[in-house]
Amino acid sequence: MESVWRFLKSKQGITIIGFLVLVILVVVFYSISPNQTQAVLNSMIRHSTPLILGALCGVMCERSGIINIGIEGHMLLGAFMGYMVNVWTGSLVLAVAASMLTGSLMGLLLAYMSIKLKLDQVIGGTVINILALGLTGYFYTVGLTTSGKIMTFPLGPLADIPLIGPVLFNNGFITYAAIVLVFVLHFFLYRTPWGLRTRAIGEHPEAADTLGINVIRMRYMNVLIGGAIAGLAGGFLTLESVGSFERAMTNGRGFIALAVMIFGNWSPIGAWGAALLFGFATAMQTQLQFMGIDIPHQFVGMLPYVLTIVVVAGLVGRTHPPAAEGKVFEKE
Amino acid sequence: MASEPETKKTDFWRALWRSIGVPLGAIVLALLIGAVILLISGANPLLAYSALFQGAFGGASQISRTLEKATPLIFNGLAISLAFKAGMFNIGAQGQLVFGAIIAAFIGFAVKGLPWFVHAPLALICGAIAGALYGSIPGMLKAFTGASEVITTIMLNYVALNMTDWLVGGPWQDKTTEILLPRTPEILETARLDQGRLITSGLIFVILSLYLALMVYLFVKSHKKIRMAGKTTREFFTANLGSLLVALIPVILVGLYLLDLLQVGFLIAVGGAFFIWWLLERTTLGFEIRTVGANSNAARYAGINVALIMILTMVISGLLAGLGGAVETTGVDGRFEPAFNVGLGFDGITISLLGKTHPLGNIPAAILIGSMKAGSNTMQFEAGVPKEIVDVVQALMLFFVAADMIVRYVLRIKGKEEKVSLTSGWGQH
Repeated sequence: MESVWRFLKSKQGITIIGFLVLVILVVVFYSISPNQTQAVLNSMIRHSTPLILGALCGVMCERSGIINIGIEGHMLLGAFMGYMVNVWTGSLVLAVAASMLTGSLMGLLLAYMSIKLKLDQVIGGTVINILALGLTGYFYTVGLTTSGKIMTFPLGPLADIPLIGPVLFNNGFITYAAIVLVFVLHFFLYRTPWGLRTRAIGEHPEAADTLGINVIRMRYMNVLIGGAIAGLAGGFLTLESVGSFERAMTNGRGFIALAVMIFGNWSPIGAWGAALLFGFATAMQTQLQFMGIDIPHQFVGMLPYVLTIVVVAGLVGRTHPPAAEGKVFEKE
Repeated sequence: MASEPETKKTDFWRALWRSIGVPLGAIVLALLIGAVILLISGANPLLAYSALFQGAFGGASQISRTLEKATPLIFNGLAISLAFKAGMFNIGAQGQLVFGAIIAAFIGFAVKGLPWFVHAPLALICGAIAGALYGSIPGMLKAFTGASEVITTIMLNYVALNMTDWLVGGPWQDKTTEILLPRTPEILETARLDQGRLITSGLIFVILSLYLALMVYLFVKSHKKIRMAGKTTREFFTANLGSLLVALIPVILVGLYLLDLLQVGFLIAVGGAFFIWWLLERTTLGFEIRTVGANSNAARYAGINVALIMILTMVISGLLAGLGGAVETTGVDGRFEPAFNVGLGFDGITISLLGKTHPLGNIPAAILIGSMKAGSNTMQFEAGVPKEIVDVVQALMLFFVAADMIVRYVLRIKGKEEKVSLTSGWGQH
């Protein structure tokens, strides 16, 4: 009994209990008003997708020791280039590829600044953010039209499962990719040699270097891949969610993704949980506004942010960034 | 021996070149690359840049506008720089700023019957306190629960946005106009930061003479020390070039102020920068802040109350941001409107990094960015160039200032590279 109680009071225990309570709540609400529950959960997934993709970019970079506060910039340029390629070619496949390529080019820039030029990494990220804001604003012209956006694609019989089906298995391609990426990256990070090396160069690059790991090459690779994922997040906005581009349309999502990553303690599944929580609160906010309750909508609008603060301060507490993050690696 | 004065003279110029060559080179290189982008997209860079310059420095009203734009940027840059010094990343300057701005507006329109020399300072002080209180939230959360200030400040920005949105659409809305707009009523005349009053009341001359007296005293004191150490006056000037130039800045400022080129707010901002510099470099609290930033474990072993320092840093940081918002409301806008202060907090990050997080470095950085903000509208209007190009140029400037080895290589500036390590990542405490 004693040990069960101790487990329940531990962080994992609280997480599991919280998760179970959520599941029960969802089922209860589903039995009361299926349509609204469905709508909330769908919108939760939609809101969380760019956040989790951005956060995964952060995980990739920061686990290998590079602080990336330029996620916002990766996303914005990725969104813009994806949109422009969609306008020029009408091919969504090429557009998605363009988003990812743009993101990884920005990643390359960040890696070059932090590894080769040894700039302070916060400066590197800030440069990317302003650069993206300037370039997209400068080259954007109003009134372009596209041939369409990525449609939802039900996954056969899976999509017919009540509640879960329409929420998880009836989405666009990028949403599926995001969910798959969470698990793939989590597996790779904790269960493969690549993951071990990535974590090693983020914690103690000198030790990793003496063991023969090419720290610099791995950092470049990881930041490039991370950039591509953040570019995909931008692509999600212009190609799957909104369907068009606006100036500064990422609207701080890159920074929220950063918060989501820290919230999830630099692990993919943790970040996904954080992104879902944030997405859920955002979805609830829209839903509460529809229900026409008698609170000013701004207070409802604070919900996701206040909830995040409460959870971070109350449950998560101190987080542990990779030890070598932000430090310049000098090969001897 | 005969040639000695001459080498000393070249030393002087070399020192000057070394101290301002890199930032100047960074600006020029950034503008050149910006010109290439303009050329590629079919615009005329000469036309664009001359319009930009005209719009920023072309005349008295343009210069005044540039410094007006620079004022909130100095405050925000300072707020973020101070937090960096303590190893914290205050992304929430934006939220602290809007709270300062709206509280100053509230004091400005709701409190009646006060004379100007009470009302205007009261609005500023209340705005600053609002910012400080708002900044204390992430500080306390970090100190007591360990919650990363990066998360909480980002979230608190949005909370502030919603809160002020509600205030200007509800209890504090301007009900005087036919069509109700989401904004507060205009602040009373007594709450405005007004140029004329400081001059007519002679207050500015009192401040100026006090400052000059202080500077002369400091100069004589350190000059005497140098002479006793057996060095010449010229050597003294060469060695202290930077501080001498800096000491001249306030005098120039007051001159500009008397010529009606800058506002009270700008003077307060510059004063704030000097105060933060003094706080960081010359006080125990500043030393403790820097120690916590350098290594919080060592600080703890040395007996520094790390939690208290973190809270205090965030309080002062929020105070600066809130004061920036209050100055903006009482000096420029005259009321609070949600659209007024968008993005200033994030510009603060750029300013802080451009100034290498040095409190005084924020001033030229803010003037530079402020001039581009002020000139970009003229550029868009007269040269037909989208004003977002200045963002690109700003990004490049930041890049070149940080990557000073590139600038040194291009301009052949000798001297050791300054390793810029401003931030220690996050969550290191």
